[in-house]
Amino acid sequence: MLRKNTTPGKLIIVEGIDGSGKSTQIDLLYKWLQSKGKTVYFSEWNSSALVKSTTKRAKKGKLFTPTTFSLLQCTDFADRWENRIFPLLKAGVIVLADRYAFTAFGRDVARGVDREWVRNLYSFAMQPDIALYFRVPLDVAVDRITSARAKLKYYEAGMDLDLSESRVESFKLFQERIMNEYDRMVTEFNLTVIDGNLTVQAQQRLVREIVKQELEGWQGLPMPESSPYGPVKSETHHGKGNA
Amino acid sequence: MSKSEFYGAGFPYREVGNLPGKLIVLEGSDGVGRSTQTQLLRKWLEDEGFAVSDTGLRRSEMTQQGIEEARKGHTLSRITMSLFYATDFADRLENQIIPALQAGFVVLSDRYFYSIMARDIVRGANPEWARKLYGFALKPDIIFYLKANVTDLVTRLIHGRGLNYWEAGMDISPSDNLFDSFIDYQSKMISLFDQFATEYNFVTVNAGRPVMDVFGDLQNHIREFLEDQQPVIDEDF
Repeated sequence: MLRKNTTPGKLIIVEGIDGSGKSTQIDLLYKWLQSKGKTVYFSEWNSSALVKSTTKRAKKGKLFTPTTFSLLQCTDFADRWENRIFPLLKAGVIVLADRYAFTAFGRDVARGVDREWVRNLYSFAMQPDIALYFRVPLDVAVDRITSARAKLKYYEAGMDLDLSESRVESFKLFQERIMNEYDRMVTEFNLTVIDGNLTVQAQQRLVREIVKQELEGWQGLPMPESSPYGPVKSETHHGKGNA
Repeated sequence: MSKSEFYGAGFPYREVGNLPGKLIVLEGSDGVGRSTQTQLLRKWLEDEGFAVSDTGLRRSEMTQQGIEEARKGHTLSRITMSLFYATDFADRLENQIIPALQAGFVVLSDRYFYSIMARDIVRGANPEWARKLYGFALKPDIIFYLKANVTDLVTRLIHGRGLNYWEAGMDISPSDNLFDSFIDYQSKMISLFDQFATEYNFVTVNAGRPVMDVFGDLQNHIREFLEDQQPVIDEDF
C-alpha cells in the first residue's frame, strides 16, 4: 500500500517490462498534455544527477548485489521525489513518470530481495492517480529489445543472477520473473492494464481517454499567458534505456 | 561458530550460514573516542593472535566518492541521504564484513546502522520505516555504547578536531552558530542512543573517563565472549 496523493497535483505513471512500448506512449501523452496548455513535468527512472557517478562506477565494476542495487535505485528515486516530483505535485503540476516504484517491486524481487522490504523502502512515495501497465507477451518484448540493441548490458540482462550463460536467454528469464511480479501488482496497486499488442495509436487513444476522465473538472497550476521561461523544465528528454 | 541472525529478512538470495568470526560494534556520539578505542582494540586483539578487520561509515568502495561529493554540495535531501548511507552500509556488510566473518576474522565496526538511523530520525525520518529498512542488517555479537554527556563531547572536540557542520546538525538547525546547534543536535542523538540501548541490547560503557579505563572495560567484556577461543600462546623467547 502506498499512501494516497493528497496534493493538488496529478501523478501519472507508466510501467511494463523492457520493450513493452510504455516510453513511446508516455512521450505522446506528454506532448498532448502540453499542447492542451497543461503544466506537465516528466521524470524518468534512474536519472538523478546525484547518484549517477556511483551507479556508473558500480555497474562498470560489477559491484552491485541485489540489496545495494535496490537501495541505490531508491536513492535515485528519493532524490527525484524530494526535489522535483513531490514539490511539483504540491504546486499542482501534472507529473508524468516513466517507471515508478513498481519497477523496483518487479526487478528487485526478481533479483531476490524480500517483497515486503522493498515495499517499505518506497513507502514515502504516493499511489499514482493513474498507473498504466503496458502488458505484452514476453516474446514480443524480447524481440523488440534484442533487435534494437547491439548487445544487452550485463545488469539489463540480469546476468548477475546466473540464470544462463547466454545474455539473451538470461534476459528472457529475468523479464519473465519481472512479468510475474507485475501481474501480482495489478490488484495490489490497482494498475490499469493496457494491451501492448494494440497499435500505438489505439493504445494512445485509450491512454488519453483515461487521462481525460481523471482531469475532468480539475484545476491545476495555471499556465501563464506568455511565460518568459517556457514550459516547466523536465529532467531528461526521453533518452532510451533506463535499466 | 555462531549462526547468523538478521534484524529482518537479511539477504534472502544468498545463504550466509555460520560465521566463525565475531562482529564487535562501537557506537556512540561524535567525539566520544570510538576511533581511539578501535585502534587500541585492534592492536590488542592482533597481539592475542586474532585476525582483525575494521570498518566504518562511508568507507564503501562503491558509494564513498558519491556521498563525499553530495556532502560537499549539501545537496542531499533527507530521505535521499538516509538511502545513500544505507547503500554504503549494505555494500560494506555484504562485501567486507560478512566475508571477513566467514573467514574467521574479528571485525571491529566503528559505528553500525544505529548511528545512521539515529541521524535519520533526528532529521525527521519515520522510525518504523528506518527500522524496516535495516532489516538486512546482521546482528552483531556485541555492541558497545560509549556514552558521554554533551559537555564532555564539547570539551573533547574543541581541544581536538573542532566542531563541524554535520556533527553539529547545522543542516537542520535554526540556530546561527555551531555551538548551540551542536548541543541541541547531540542531545537529541544521545536520547535516541539511550532508547536504542534497551531495544538493541547495547553494553553501555561510561566514556567520560580516561582512555585506558574505558579500554579496560571493553577488554573485559570481549574476553568474556571470546573465552571459547583459546588465545595463541605468547611467551617471551
